[in-house]
Formats: sequence, C-alpha cells, structure tokens
Amino acid sequence: MSAQGNGKFYLYTRYERFWHWLQAALIIALAATGFEVHGSFTLFGYKRAVTVHSALGITWLVAFAFFVFWVATTGEWKQYVPTTKKMFEVMRYYGYGIFQGQPHPCPKTPDAKHNPLQRLTYLALAAALLPFMMLTGLLYWLYNDWAALGLGGLSLSAVAVAHLLGAFAILAFLVVHVYMTTTGHTPFAHIKAMCTGWEDAEDGKPEDWEKRMA
Amino acid sequence: MRLCKRPLLCWGGLAVAAVFLLAAGPGLLGAAQNDKSADAAPGRQLARSAVSAPGARWTTSDHSKYEALQKDFTKPEEVTAACLSCHQMAGDQIQHTIHWTWICPDCGDGKSMGKYGKTINNFCIAVPSNEPRCTSCHIGYGWKDKKFDFADKNRIDCLVCHDTTHTYEKFPTKAGYPVTEPTLFPEDGKTYLPPDYKKITAKVGRPDRLNCGACHFYGGGGDGVKHGDLDSSMGMPKKSLDVHMDAEGLNFSCQRCHTTKDHQIAGRLYTSPAAPERISLTEADLASKIACESCHGQKPHKNDAKANDHVDKVACQSCHIPEFARVLPTKMTWDWSTAGQMNAEGKPFKKEGPYGKPVYDSKKGNFTWEKNVEPVYYWFNGAMSNMLVTDKVDPTKIVSVNHPAGSPSDGKSRIMPFKRHTGKQPFDPVNATFVIPHLFGPKDSDAYWASYDWKRAIASGMKYVDLPFSGDVGFVETEYFFPITHMVAPKERVVACGECHSAEGRLKGLPGVYVPGRDVHAGVTMVGWGAVAAAVLAVIAHGVGRMVSSSRRKGQ
Repeated sequence: MSAQGNGKFYLYTRYERFWHWLQAALIIALAATGFEVHGSFTLFGYKRAVTVHSALGITWLVAFAFFVFWVATTGEWKQYVPTTKKMFEVMRYYGYGIFQGQPHPCPKTPDAKHNPLQRLTYLALAAALLPFMMLTGLLYWLYNDWAALGLGGLSLSAVAVAHLLGAFAILAFLVVHVYMTTTGHTPFAHIKAMCTGWEDAEDGKPEDWEKRMA
Repeated sequence: MRLCKRPLLCWGGLAVAAVFLLAAGPGLLGAAQNDKSADAAPGRQLARSAVSAPGARWTTSDHSKYEALQKDFTKPEEVTAACLSCHQMAGDQIQHTIHWTWICPDCGDGKSMGKYGKTINNFCIAVPSNEPRCTSCHIGYGWKDKKFDFADKNRIDCLVCHDTTHTYEKFPTKAGYPVTEPTLFPEDGKTYLPPDYKKITAKVGRPDRLNCGACHFYGGGGDGVKHGDLDSSMGMPKKSLDVHMDAEGLNFSCQRCHTTKDHQIAGRLYTSPAAPERISLTEADLASKIACESCHGQKPHKNDAKANDHVDKVACQSCHIPEFARVLPTKMTWDWSTAGQMNAEGKPFKKEGPYGKPVYDSKKGNFTWEKNVEPVYYWFNGAMSNMLVTDKVDPTKIVSVNHPAGSPSDGKSRIMPFKRHTGKQPFDPVNATFVIPHLFGPKDSDAYWASYDWKRAIASGMKYVDLPFSGDVGFVETEYFFPITHMVAPKERVVACGECHSAEGRLKGLPGVYVPGRDVHAGVTMVGWGAVAAAVLAVIAHGVGRMVSSSRRKGQ
C-alpha cells in the first residue's frame, strides 16, 4: 500500500460510513423507543414510541437489504469471513499488550479492515443478532396476522422476550463497541476515521491472508 | 452517458430515499385516507333532515283522533284496555318479556334468574317482600306482593314507555301506580301529580331516552345509584358525555342500539351472552342483539391500524369510555352493617356528604359516591354470572354477588370496563347463605325500615320466599359489577395507550394476555440489564487499566 507506514490512508468508503452511521442512529433510536415500549422508562409517550419504533423497524429492514446487496456485490463480504489466525494475538493484545504500549498485531488495511475478533463479532452481529432482531421484530409487528400466516400457536410473550433479549445483547455490544473506538493510537482516531474515511497508518506488516485475494 | 458515476454514492442516496419514504409512509397513507366519509353520505343527510323537519311524521296514525281514546279515563287500566283494543298483539308480547316477568326466561331453570327470581345484589338486595317499593319501576300496575296476576293484560302500563309528553309518573311506593290526587313523596320532597290520560294518550309514540331513563337512570332508588354510566345526565347529553346520544348531534335513542322486536329489547345480560356472535349490521340487518361493531365493523379506526389490531382482545368500551359518572356521581360503596343508628331524638336521620348526596342513612347505612370513576377491567363474553340467594357464602373473603363471565382463551371474550360496587350486606352465618331482608312495609311491621330490627326483617323476608333462616345475622363483604357501555367519549378523550401499557396501569393484574409495557419479565430484565452493566464495568476497568499503565510508562 502506498500510504502504508506513514501518514493517512483511505479506509472507509462513503457508503460504508453512511451505512455505519445510519445503522448507529437506527439502532440507538430503536433501542430508545423499544425500551420505552417495554416499559423501562417514559420518554416519547407510549403511542409515539410504538409508532416510531415500528416505522424505524421497517426502515431498518430496507436499509439492511441495501447493505446485504452492497456487501454481496462489492465483495466486501470477505471482510467478514471468520478466521482464527492471529486471534490469540489480538486477544493477548487487548488483555495484556495494550497495557504495555505494544502495537496492535493486526494493523488496518483496506483489504483487511477488521481484526479476527472484529470479524467474528461483526459476523455474529450482521448474520445472527441483527437478522434475529429483524425476524422477531417483524413477527411482533405482524402479531394480528399470526393466525392468517399459520402461526397461531406462537406466543406473544415468547416473541417479546426473545426480541427483548436481543435488544439487551445489542446494547451490551454497543457499550463495548463504543469503548473499543478509543483503543486506537489516539482516543478519537477510530471515530475520526469512521467520519472522514481516512485512517492514520500504523506500524506493522499485514500478513498474506490479510490482503485481498485477486 | 452513465447515469451514475459513483455507484456506491447512488446506492446510498437510494437507500436514504427509501428510508425516508418508509418512515413517512404510514403518515402519508393516513392522510390520503383521511377524507371524512362518516357523515358525507348525502342520502343519509337528506333522510335525517326530512324526518326532523317541523311537522314531519313517521307514523301513519294520529292517536288524538282514535275513538277508543276519546273518553275520560279514571284508572290507568282503562287506558291499557283502550291501547290493547287496537294493538291486539302487544299484551301477549309484553307478557313474554323480562320487563314484565323480571325473570330471565332462558337462564338456568327459567325461574331463578332475574330480579324476581333468586338473584340478589348489594344495593337494596332483592325485590321479594319489598314489591310495593321496588315495583314502582315495573311496567305494570299493582304488583304489591307475590299474588300479582301476571296474566291480566290490563295491568300492563303502556304509558310509562310510550308517553311522549313526559308528564306521566308512577309513585315511588305505589307498586307501579301513578297517583289519583297530588301526593307528596317525603323522601325526595317531590309532589306527584295525577296524569292527564286524555292528553297523554293523544300523543303516545315510540319511547325516547326519558321513557327508558324513568327506570334505568334511577336503578337502586335514586339518580345514578346503580349503573354509573346511566343516569339522568344521559337524558339530554352533550357530545362530551356521549357521542352517540349527543342531543345536538347524532341524538340516538336507546333503541338505536337496543334493537326491539315484538317488545323484546336487546341487551339483557343474565347468563346468555348479549352478542353470541360478532355480527355486523352489514351482515344481517337488524341483528336482535347488537354491539358497537354492528355499526362500526371490526376495523373501525380509519387512520390507526394499531388501534384496529386491538379489537380481538379489547372491547371498544375499554378505550372509548375513559371514566363513567362524568356529570353526576354514582354510588360506589354501600355498608348495610352500620344501618339503624338513631339521632339524639331517637329518630332515623340522613347525613349529607360531598356532591350533595347522603353518606349516611339510618335506613341503609353508609355510602360513598364518586364522580369521574376509572373502570375496572375483566375478560367478558357478554354475560354476567350471578350468585343466587341460596348459594353458599364464604365470609372470609369478598363475595362476588355477580361477576363478568368469560376468559382470555375462549376466543369470544374481550377486555371490558366495569363499575365495581362494593358493599357489606346481611347474611346467615349459620347456613352460610345470603338473605333477603324485608325492607319496605307499613309502620309497626317486620320491615327493617319500620322496626330497624335485622332479625325480624330477615326472618320475614326469608319466610316470604320460603327459604331457611337460622336467626343469626352477620354481614359479609360483597362486590357487584356493571358493564360500562354508555357514556362513550369523543375520540379526543379516549384512554391513552400508556394507561394500559404500563406496569401500574389500568390493566394491572388482568391475566391471560401479554401487554407490552405492562408485562416485564423480571428475570429476563435482570439478566439483560446485568449483561449491559457487566459490559459497562468491564470497559471501565479496561479503560482505567490503560490510563494507569500509560501514565506509568510515561513516568518511566
């Protein structure tokens, strides 16, 4: 890479950044309205919370479809292929090395935007947790049509609890995710990169598997 | 030329557009449907103005010109005979109605259920042995004891329902008779006048709200005592009180919903459901038992799909009647156990409380009254289950003298609002049954309101109905329910979503349904918030560790 080793390099494309922040906004708004519907607090008023949550949920479905299409057509799905290579090093880094001022074992490159832990986490998120939330949310939303859809045996309570558990999982992810943005070489480096697209180059050499397959 | 030089940017733009369209979609769609169609039908408007125009007549007869009515009636029975001379079917029809028998014909054994059967309540408890007082609301003349001749058609009181002059009144203690000379009724301080039969019969017509209200507004012996959603304020209600009966608006008569066929009036609640099927007027014109959806259908909300989604579980009344007794107060508790106290002169007395209503009456005990009462909610299939006076009573808990029938799982019940009237009433602690006290009677009789002796009064009442009484008198706490179905508020005043969708809301404790916002699974919530808290703690610890180690490194 031309920019490797010094200065900045362009890491996140416009669509990636747009998708990331739209996703963030939707998830936070969905959580805020969703937890109000659940009864955790009063913010918008129950009726508005339900209306907004439903509208956002459907919006999310459409936006996610765009993301899937984008990932599939651009080949970016390869960024999410899980690997165990360097997994131990990354875990060791966050558990120990980071306190010693050691460099990250997986420097970001446009070909490998995610380290093995991120790959696993984001894959779980995009392929399991978010679809799970979309499925349970859609079911919840379609509650009155269950009988017509042949789902008469379903329990609203079960669907609601499942959806709620997923929401807690996302919330826990969000906490850790936001914290992890501060683990770059400066606390705001990663956030800045997700805004501008330009990441500061770090030391370290990518291994072959981290390079885009031709 | 390429339309889109930066494909990713275009996809992004498309996504944004789709997102906004979808988010705004429901609102846009709603606006498109929001043309007021309800009263736009020109035919309906024309028909309305045609029949309400001055001089317009529905009927093809003028009762002032009937020969049978051109005489000076001395007794009300003579009026009835004149009515029946033309309306030959009416007498037989009336004799088959619950309005006449005060017995539900198709409930249980066909003789126990009904005001004159073995059902009781926690107001004045029961009719038998108290007929002259209670039957002032009967549509007959002279039902003063159990020897009343139900077969005598001339005893039917046609006028109480069909007098359109509203000058005809029955006297409260005369077993359904009007007075023959001006008479003062000391309890309400009102002087009742003998009816001018000739004037009244000249103008008989279909019953209006005041005719039905003459009894149904005053159930339990006074305005608004029993129902809470039916009192004299419903005679000429404003729209804010009832959107359908709004005297200046839709102006519905009672029969608009309580459809009537052969003098059988729809809406009875004993045992058999009022609406066994959810029938719609569009499916079967003039269904004999009708509900809100008979006119409004099952998707009544034009701009609110979520509200329509509720109709499978929630009765219309639950949202559309936020409170009852919105103009006049209604009686909420009645404690018979404190009755019988006398004042310094040794005489029975009354004490007035808030709303100008008695809170103590030596004859009846303590009362409380309330206005703007929030209903209680139960699963309801359209029928009330009733205890009989012969049923066993467990005095260690509040006894439900009647109770809404239904369950969340039968597919027919919906969540319905009720007035819950609580009381303390006499019972027989030895036989563990309710009792019927003889309350009303002449001075020096066994009647409680004459002798103020419970034992004598109950012994007399129970002997009258031929039921055992041990001689011991106790008092048991009871509750009694009335479905709330009148006083439908304008849509701006419906119950807000959050009033049920909250842990401490109106549906607190209602079983059989998952109510989002109310039903919080404590375990799930604990695990969930626990996980989030653990994540927060972990990142704080990690962050602090980083800060400490970094400053240590700098120090070196």
